[in-house]
Amino acid sequence: MSESVIKQSQPRTLFEKIWEAHVIAPYGVDRSLIYIDRHFLQETTCFEAFGRLRTEGLRVLSPGQTFGVIDHSVSTAAGRNADSYPPTAPWIKAMQANCEEFGVALLDIDDARQGIVHVVAPELGIALPGMSFVCGDSHTATCGGLGAWAFGIGTSQVGQVLASQALFLSKPKTLRINFTGVLAPAVYAKDMILAVIGRYGTAAATGYAVEYAGEAVRALSIEGRMTVSNMSVEFGARSGFVAADDTTFQYLADRPFAPKNAAFDAALQVWRTQSSDDGAVFDREIDLDCSTLEPQISWGTSPQDVIGVSTPVPDPDKAPDRDRRQMMLKSLDYMNVRPGRTLLGTPIDVAFIGSCTNGRLSDIEEAARIVRGRSVAPGVRAVVVPGSTTVKRQAEALGLHHVFRAAGFEWRESGCSMCVSGNGDFVPAGQRSISTTNRNFEGRQGRDARTHITSPAMVAAAAVTGEITDVRTLAMK
Amino acid sequence: MIPFTRLTAVAAPLMRDNIDTDAIIAARSMEGGVRPLGPLVFTNWRLDEFGMERPGFVLNQDRFRSAAIMVAGRNFGCGSSRESAVWALMQYGFRAVVAPSFGDIFYENALQNGLVPVRLPLEQVEHLAAALQGGVPPLITLDLEACAITGPDRSNYSFNFDPERRRALMLAKDDFALLQEQLTSITAFHTERCLREPWLFQRLTLS
Repeated sequence: MSESVIKQSQPRTLFEKIWEAHVIAPYGVDRSLIYIDRHFLQETTCFEAFGRLRTEGLRVLSPGQTFGVIDHSVSTAAGRNADSYPPTAPWIKAMQANCEEFGVALLDIDDARQGIVHVVAPELGIALPGMSFVCGDSHTATCGGLGAWAFGIGTSQVGQVLASQALFLSKPKTLRINFTGVLAPAVYAKDMILAVIGRYGTAAATGYAVEYAGEAVRALSIEGRMTVSNMSVEFGARSGFVAADDTTFQYLADRPFAPKNAAFDAALQVWRTQSSDDGAVFDREIDLDCSTLEPQISWGTSPQDVIGVSTPVPDPDKAPDRDRRQMMLKSLDYMNVRPGRTLLGTPIDVAFIGSCTNGRLSDIEEAARIVRGRSVAPGVRAVVVPGSTTVKRQAEALGLHHVFRAAGFEWRESGCSMCVSGNGDFVPAGQRSISTTNRNFEGRQGRDARTHITSPAMVAAAAVTGEITDVRTLAMK
Repeated sequence: MIPFTRLTAVAAPLMRDNIDTDAIIAARSMEGGVRPLGPLVFTNWRLDEFGMERPGFVLNQDRFRSAAIMVAGRNFGCGSSRESAVWALMQYGFRAVVAPSFGDIFYENALQNGLVPVRLPLEQVEHLAAALQGGVPPLITLDLEACAITGPDRSNYSFNFDPERRRALMLAKDDFALLQEQLTSITAFHTERCLREPWLFQRLTLS
């Protein structure tokens, strides 16, 4: 008790404030019992969790704090239902049955608010600043864009949260990334986070909770902040977040399930305290100047294999050590790209716009700007999967679906689709895809599929030229 | 979950960094309902597009086929949080992974299932991997109680392990029951939090 009183007079980081607000008690040698405010389920990681509850004869402890959505394995074809992609029908039906049996509110396939969990939770106001928020999915960090402490958990921990509304956790260290400068035209939030991962590597933040700060982050919309937070796990961090500010509060004022009126005012008072104090000490700090950033794109099979679009693919012979050289050779071989040259002009087969990283309205609007009046290049399959049914409806209200369809894009229903390729949407073996997603691992989008991850504008540009293109040259036409 | 104290077993070296959970088990392995995951582990590396074994892959070599310990590079299990990566490894027969580092979520998932994740410095892991390719049977002894590893060449290594998590592995306990024991304090905390931040607990009806 006295220890926490002493702590409060010292400057604290945002993460320390949120962590301490959720500690029920210390536990064991290194862990604490942590309270979970809200829990979102997705259908591919809770089947065994519900099974565990059943085996133990338990109910969901707090159904009011638990939500579910079907996103990963559902078809994105028009008129889709649980049976549209037969291989995953058993999982979808199990999800529907489990949520019904255990009294968990489910955004089912035909719900007007259905979508990818990390798009839906913020847009509905279910994720809020300062909240501890979990989901059985590594991209749960996305909700950190709203100032929530949001992190991914495995199916065992999903079961534990269902049964106890708490977890035992070790306290991560703190890392602050200060993004300075002003983004140049055609450079976006996606480029900011790709640049960080490219520079610091895929394990740089393992064991850390990351705070994204600085003028360039402040200047981002909430959707942009979510893009940044989304990829926290790609450089090792389980959670990453942006302190809530007026941009956040304006965003939340409109959300169906955010507090309203007097409750909103009360929440605001608490939310305004949720930022790092001046003089707070982080275990590590990184600075990144955004003003010189160009559009980023991956060349290899790890999210750390990132270059600026006008930078040549790195030479393995110049790798810092033998291990890195071996990894680079494997990646170059898998991806069939040449070191020493830029990626510009590399023909693509598939262009995908969607995912919890870049499937929101602003992403679709940016892509539409490039696509308008142009056509998908011959031989290219171009696909837009809006991040949620709400986003789809909003885009259609702006006529964006006409823009994409006129150009030759498929305009599909909402779901994770080709990001994880667990629903029948995939990139065929040997084909090259350019994608607004977050992972370019071997086989991620399909066995032997080759993936380049980048911003929506860059994907749109490649879709209409048929090859990897510097979107800045296209926009000038 | 099976208790783990001490194991002497064949160890397979897979010395790549950043082995992600998509490589360990693809999302498509979900298809068709619950099924054995062991045959699906490392599918794209084990099998070619015709379903034939790739002779170069370590688990396809008779020497390593029955491995129960994996020796791997840095950042093992990075990427997706899918716990099926742990299940697939265990259903294949693995009981432990030795690597310089692990993805955070994978590490936690491993502990919750009884797959023992041991961290050793890179040079020591590389030494072990090299010794496994040597002339002697590729056996490693992993003693969780003593926090010690003996290589096939009789080299000895000690490792650190959180004593509480180690005890849980030795007793085959995940956190589920331990959390249930905390329900009184969890409920008390909940009540207090409802008073301090009531907007978090307003009943949201989605219908």
